[in-house]
Amino acid sequence: MQAAHDAPRGEKPVFYVTDGHEHVHSGDSTALGFWVYLMSDCLIFAVLFATYGVLGRNFAAGPTPADLFDLPLVAINTAMLLFSSITYGFAMLAMEKGKQSSVLLWLGITGLFGAAFIGIELYEFSHLIHLGATPQRSAFLSSFFALVGTHGLHVTVGIIWLITLMVQVRRRGLGAENRRRLMCLSMFWHFLDVIWIGVFSFVYLMGVLQ
Amino acid sequence: MPRKILRLLALAPLAILLSGCKLVVMSPSGDVALQQRDLIVASTLLMLVIILPVMALTVFFAWRYRQSNTKATYDPDWHHSTRLEVVIWAAPLAIVIVLGAMTWVSTHLLDPYRPLERIDASRSVPEGTQPLVVEVVALDWKWLFIYPEQGIATVNELAAPVDRPITFHITSSSVMNSLSIPALAGQIYAMPGMQTKLHAVINHAGVYDGLSANYSGAGFSDMRFKFHGVSETEFEQWVEQARASGNTLGRPEYTELERPTAREAVRRYATVAPDLFHAILNRCVDSTKMCADEMMRVDARGSMGHAGTYNVAVREGRDNGERGRGPAQTYVLAICTTSDPYGMRQTAAAQPTQQVN
Amino acid sequence: MTLDPEQTSFLFGRLTLGALPLHEPILVATFAAVALGGLAVMAALTYFKLWGYLWREWITSVDHKRIGIMYIILALIMLLRGFSDAIMMRLQQAIAFNGSDGYLPPHHYDQIFTAHGVIMIFFVAMPLVTGLMNLVVPLQIGARDVAFPFLNNFSFWMTTGGAVLVMMSLFVGEFAQTGWLAYAPLSGSQFSPGVGVDYYIWALQVAGVGTLLSGVNLLATIVKMRAPGMTLMKMPVFTWTALCTNALIVASFPVLTGVLALLTLDRYVGTNFFTNELGGNPMMYVNLIWIWGHPEVYILILPAFGVFSEVVATFCRKRLFGYTSMVYATVVITILSYIVWLHHFFTMGSGASVNAFFGITTMIISIPTGAKIFNWLFTMYRGRIRFEVPMLWTIGFMLTFVVGGMTGVMLAVPPADFQFHNTLFLIAHFHNVIIGGVVFGMFAGIVYWFPKAFGFKLDPFWGKMSFWFWLVGFWVAFMPLYILGLMGVTRRLSRFEDPSLQIWFVIAAFGAVLIAFGILFFIVQLVVSFMRREQLRDLTGDPWDGRTLEWSTSSPAPAYNFAFTPVVHDHDAWWDMKKRGHERPVQGFHPIHMPKATGAGAILSALCVAFGFAMIWHIWWLAAATFAMTILATIVHTFNYNRDFYIPAAEVAQTEGGRTRQLAGE
Repeated sequence: MQAAHDAPRGEKPVFYVTDGHEHVHSGDSTALGFWVYLMSDCLIFAVLFATYGVLGRNFAAGPTPADLFDLPLVAINTAMLLFSSITYGFAMLAMEKGKQSSVLLWLGITGLFGAAFIGIELYEFSHLIHLGATPQRSAFLSSFFALVGTHGLHVTVGIIWLITLMVQVRRRGLGAENRRRLMCLSMFWHFLDVIWIGVFSFVYLMGVLQ
Repeated sequence: MPRKILRLLALAPLAILLSGCKLVVMSPSGDVALQQRDLIVASTLLMLVIILPVMALTVFFAWRYRQSNTKATYDPDWHHSTRLEVVIWAAPLAIVIVLGAMTWVSTHLLDPYRPLERIDASRSVPEGTQPLVVEVVALDWKWLFIYPEQGIATVNELAAPVDRPITFHITSSSVMNSLSIPALAGQIYAMPGMQTKLHAVINHAGVYDGLSANYSGAGFSDMRFKFHGVSETEFEQWVEQARASGNTLGRPEYTELERPTAREAVRRYATVAPDLFHAILNRCVDSTKMCADEMMRVDARGSMGHAGTYNVAVREGRDNGERGRGPAQTYVLAICTTSDPYGMRQTAAAQPTQQVN
Repeated sequence: MTLDPEQTSFLFGRLTLGALPLHEPILVATFAAVALGGLAVMAALTYFKLWGYLWREWITSVDHKRIGIMYIILALIMLLRGFSDAIMMRLQQAIAFNGSDGYLPPHHYDQIFTAHGVIMIFFVAMPLVTGLMNLVVPLQIGARDVAFPFLNNFSFWMTTGGAVLVMMSLFVGEFAQTGWLAYAPLSGSQFSPGVGVDYYIWALQVAGVGTLLSGVNLLATIVKMRAPGMTLMKMPVFTWTALCTNALIVASFPVLTGVLALLTLDRYVGTNFFTNELGGNPMMYVNLIWIWGHPEVYILILPAFGVFSEVVATFCRKRLFGYTSMVYATVVITILSYIVWLHHFFTMGSGASVNAFFGITTMIISIPTGAKIFNWLFTMYRGRIRFEVPMLWTIGFMLTFVVGGMTGVMLAVPPADFQFHNTLFLIAHFHNVIIGGVVFGMFAGIVYWFPKAFGFKLDPFWGKMSFWFWLVGFWVAFMPLYILGLMGVTRRLSRFEDPSLQIWFVIAAFGAVLIAFGILFFIVQLVVSFMRREQLRDLTGDPWDGRTLEWSTSSPAPAYNFAFTPVVHDHDAWWDMKKRGHERPVQGFHPIHMPKATGAGAILSALCVAFGFAMIWHIWWLAAATFAMTILATIVHTFNYNRDFYIPAAEVAQTEGGRTRQLAGE
């Protein structure tokens, strides 16, 4: 960039862009800005993981992961979220090809997988609470519900966002703005997938295997 | 030697201050605090080596290169000098290396958890010396000192014989506090459910200020006590004074004492329930509560499964006076275990108190 | 659940008439004054028909310059509140001797020192720093606005929302009585069941959203929107420090959000993160809050370093000495600031090796900081120093800050910290670096960039008065605190036994009065300058003979900042342009693409404040309603695709024509 504007020796350097070409559009920054936001969100999860790491063995003579976690159920749940990431990928491919109805279809399927994930998670939570393993019972359960619940809250927000975007794509098609938004939601959705893999291994697998 | 002059210059205002008011941190009476003082002085002098020239140069450059002084050199494009850059990074680096080495060594030597090796600069601790153990509990808003060896306890008064190493075991009943005796050894936090330690020795007889150095609520300003550095015989008399009081500190008395109050007068107890400190530390003075150490053992063994889930009870929240009452609190009930098959240890511990009553 | 159903009503939660401090004369008088003042302002706005102007040009504005100015106004208003707290504390400590309890009971006094800390850090220092970055950074990098202009407006209103909640606690209920970091378990529901800590939590959470988003925004702006030719190593130093500060914001504020959210759960849901029972661990709170808290200190000081770098080069009329090492020093400080947090609690009983490690990393930070001081020093060397007000602040800073730096390193030696921790020595130290560093830096910055924001310079006489009162006031107010610290006096005490301490507190109180005059004269400076604005007018756009791009455009800068985006060849881009005889293009203007103003930020922030208020008072229906409305308003806002417009070329030509005539002296 610099070389293009540096004048040859002896000539007066160029000090202004006069050709009227706006060299920066705000859209260029969105990917970076959203990525930075995701990294900061990642830090919230880091805090929750750290808290779980410190408090996760403080059962207060109450139930432990081995007593509580139903691995097959969590595995199904994990599958839901992984599938939803794949279907979101298909939505993005359809977007690249400019196929609006296909985008909507794949977004819809993604949303359903997400809803299934939230449904199973809510079932799991209600089951735990029914067993008396409430967030109040021990520091382990507090940190467990906080970590998994925060992730679930993110997925819920993702679903609301996804529905909003579906309406917007229907109304306004796949213009530059909607493509940008789809890309941001895509990053968000895959990010939640990555976090969940951490939750699954660190909380569920290690919890049961201990 | 310019450095010598600098040192003298640095010490001059210090000396004036020292004579003017009681700078306890600068003239402490315990060996640990004395070594801390030396460290403070040494690090200050070390840094003044660089700070004084910087301050002098700032003033000098500001004056010399003022706009009206057209005689001074003006070199608007002079902005780099590798040699100078090396100096300005290396000079602080050199000082930090020295200071870092001092820090590493002194932090280990003066670690509050490390038993003392010397009584003062010239005397080491004789072999076989048993330190005086004091168990300290920060209460809202007063200090409880338990002397397990002597079997006595006091509130808001601490005493120790001169030149005998002291080991403090410190905890708190409610929130974070900090046991601070500047003349003796500075401070360390007192935290609920946690035990911190402090090793120290007092070298001069006298009465010193002790306080909480970590804000702990409404009565914080009154969490003061006097620390008496006394001779062996005076210490014995002091212990006798407590014994003569005839008061008993068992679990019920402690529960009463624990309630938030401020500006408490000195109290003395002739006898103390032997496991009281353990119970306070493990948050099970109420003997229906499971002790924290027991809880940790249970957790380490993989907890008690679903059976443990409902092994809880609810009690009233804490009363904070005008600041309101806390919500009802859940706690884990004491249980019988293999080491304590009938759950007797807990109740037995409470027994002597009940008998006295 | 922490709430006692007997004491709450459905409609008002736990809010009752008793929450109004009608029995506290100080508060009633303050409220009356604020209410009357507010009414007078509103009446004036109505009388002069300014509401529409205010809404269109300021409240809904997405112009980074206006948002920057609003941040600084917010900070100055909150400075008055935070400083009133300081004066009240100094007065209390100066008279509470010989058995006197002073005039403030602990209930009141403890709220004051908590509010003082919270307000000064979150609602004075932070908005000053963010405001200055907003105002200056896009101009310095040759951009038309920030990367996300709407987000910028929203961030400002969220910060203001937090400030509104803190101010509300003064008149409805109470504020936290926990110290500014609300250490658990004292801040938990058992020991602080009232609304104070809830005000603290929600004020910081609402403001925290603003801070985080503005961090993301400015970071993206600096990375993506620099003028052509401005490589990283050609960025002005202030922009560099802004980049590092915003990286720190993005990488540390989520930790604050996280730890406060966990405290919220402890208080509202009854979880056991930081409680004493059922496996909770209060030390976790202390660690987490300082993992945010230490980088926060550098978030504040780095932009101040940036200001001094600009000021010293400009007023010594000389290129900054050691630009490269200045940049590296900034980056090193940024990174190191993450591995020193434990030095705030050496006394918590970590092992000697852990303490020594954190002590030494802390000392290492003094190396790049020292290098910076030397760089400023050698910029002065062989310069032509003009003692304008910003330069005075800079020299005052250099002489004051080094002392604070020295006492900071003393505190970093763990065995010494066992003596100093939580004493007034510590208080003196951090005021030494925050006032001597951040506050001096921000005043230097405000005076320096004021002409760029408003088109006229600030009156130098009152500026110098303000500077001298601040400088002398600082030393008089805080040197006694160093001495008291050495006498073993701890912080946050509301009364004293030892009468020999009193003289020092009286001297400190006198110092605080001097600072009060410093603040007063700053306000006088603003008023006098406004009255004399025609004499002080800056027609050139470059009143100080500046070096960086912001001085290449007019004062005040036009809405679009630059008619033509500048091309950069050197880190002192404007100096370079002046030296090599640039010619300002006077024709061939193009339409300029700009973001549109929107009221969404102010509306969302108002909803968040209402939500926070409802949560604080346990008014669950209102909380649910405002929460739903916030989500809904956000969604509705995303349906607004009409977010930008073009300033027609003719309008640009007209504005620039005016400047051409101005430059020609017509």
